[in-house]
Amino acid sequence: MRDPVTVRLRVNGVECQGRCEPRKLLVDFLREDLGLTGTHVGCEHGICGACTILFNGEAARSCIMLAVQADGAEILTVEGLMQNGKLHPLQEAFREHHGLQCGFCTPGMLITALDLLQTNPSPTEGEIREGISAVLCRCTGYHGILKAVEAAARTMREA
Amino acid sequence: MKPAKFDYHAPTSLDDAVALLQRYGGDAKILAGGQSLMPLLNFRLSRPAALVDLNRIASLAYIREENGQVRLGAMTRQRTIEFSPVVARRLPLLSEATKWVGHLPIRTRGTIGGSIAHADPSAEYPAVLTALEGEVVARGPKGERVVKAKDLFLTYLTTSLESDEVISEIRLPVMPVGAGFALEEFARRHGDFAIVAIAAMVVRDAARCKQARLATAGAGPVPVRLRAAEEILERDGVTDAAIDAAARRAAELVSPDSDIHASADYRRHLTMVLTRRALKRALKVAHA
Repeated sequence: MRDPVTVRLRVNGVECQGRCEPRKLLVDFLREDLGLTGTHVGCEHGICGACTILFNGEAARSCIMLAVQADGAEILTVEGLMQNGKLHPLQEAFREHHGLQCGFCTPGMLITALDLLQTNPSPTEGEIREGISAVLCRCTGYHGILKAVEAAARTMREA
Repeated sequence: MKPAKFDYHAPTSLDDAVALLQRYGGDAKILAGGQSLMPLLNFRLSRPAALVDLNRIASLAYIREENGQVRLGAMTRQRTIEFSPVVARRLPLLSEATKWVGHLPIRTRGTIGGSIAHADPSAEYPAVLTALEGEVVARGPKGERVVKAKDLFLTYLTTSLESDEVISEIRLPVMPVGAGFALEEFARRHGDFAIVAIAAMVVRDAARCKQARLATAGAGPVPVRLRAAEEILERDGVTDAAIDAAARRAAELVSPDSDIHASADYRRHLTMVLTRRALKRALKVAHA
């Protein structure tokens, strides 16, 4: 019950497992036990969005989930966005449109934008603003991110 | 910022969950979507002996129409409600309110049962439950009971549920066809908790208002049903004067507290302004 438990899950298409206390946060499990440090730990209480991952296909904050809750789950982190050595259209667009400066929020921003575009492939500017309001960025002023998500939406629709 | 140690249980049936809650006699916390509880655990503001995680109870997530009600399993995610055609058709006020709940990655995890059981006075779902005269089904060691919205919320973050009771279902009466509705909210940033929000539903018959429903979020320790303001519209019809009078009355009906986000006076003022806006918009979309 409070002793370590085994957690088995699929991360970025790869079967993984680890052992941890039930109180271990999912983001710490991803970073410390699985070595996937792309997902960032920011506020640790579900405000900043830096730790956002796809949990069974939907964006979720991994700092306010327990690793044990991910047993049997399918997770996508920022490391899984690139396919066959090619950046994801969102990553390309963030680079092209200055969607990042320091990069701290970027993993959460990309994953949140990914869920937004999966559920709403042609978002209005207002809908993008609302979607990315889930993640705090202190560098860009959001404008570059907005342009990047608009551009990625166009690319992904045409793909 | 890591949770203190706890026993972790993930029962697969509601009966097992209730038995676990009974066993810990009030020292266990129920984990639903975790979007409010997990931050409290991370800060160690909450240090329960055990967590009873409801996420493995698949039978607690559903939306169905029955007996003139929409019934939602307590573990139905806010994101599911946001996209539900049944909710859009039968409870458009709930659909609209859902867009105000947190952010996208909060709503994928957050549940309707968790939001209501947490009883944050600034949350949208308790206001909708109150406005629409909904009820919850609570399962405890002695079986099920139905608790009406007006009997559920006691004060800040406190409901009338016992520590070994779990909300299993939320029931909301289907909104009348053609009813107008609006949720007006003021928050510093989109996705933050409301400083004040007003949930409104109106049923029109030409210039008459056959039925008005108004409830607050953020204007006191619990959602406030603004019955005396509703009565003004039901009596005087849908004129601008009646809307103004109802809005002024609404501000008199609430007793907000001051906190770091806003003063009591400001919240009372917002109650008036948002009631007026909510009524105007609701009446505009209502079928005459």
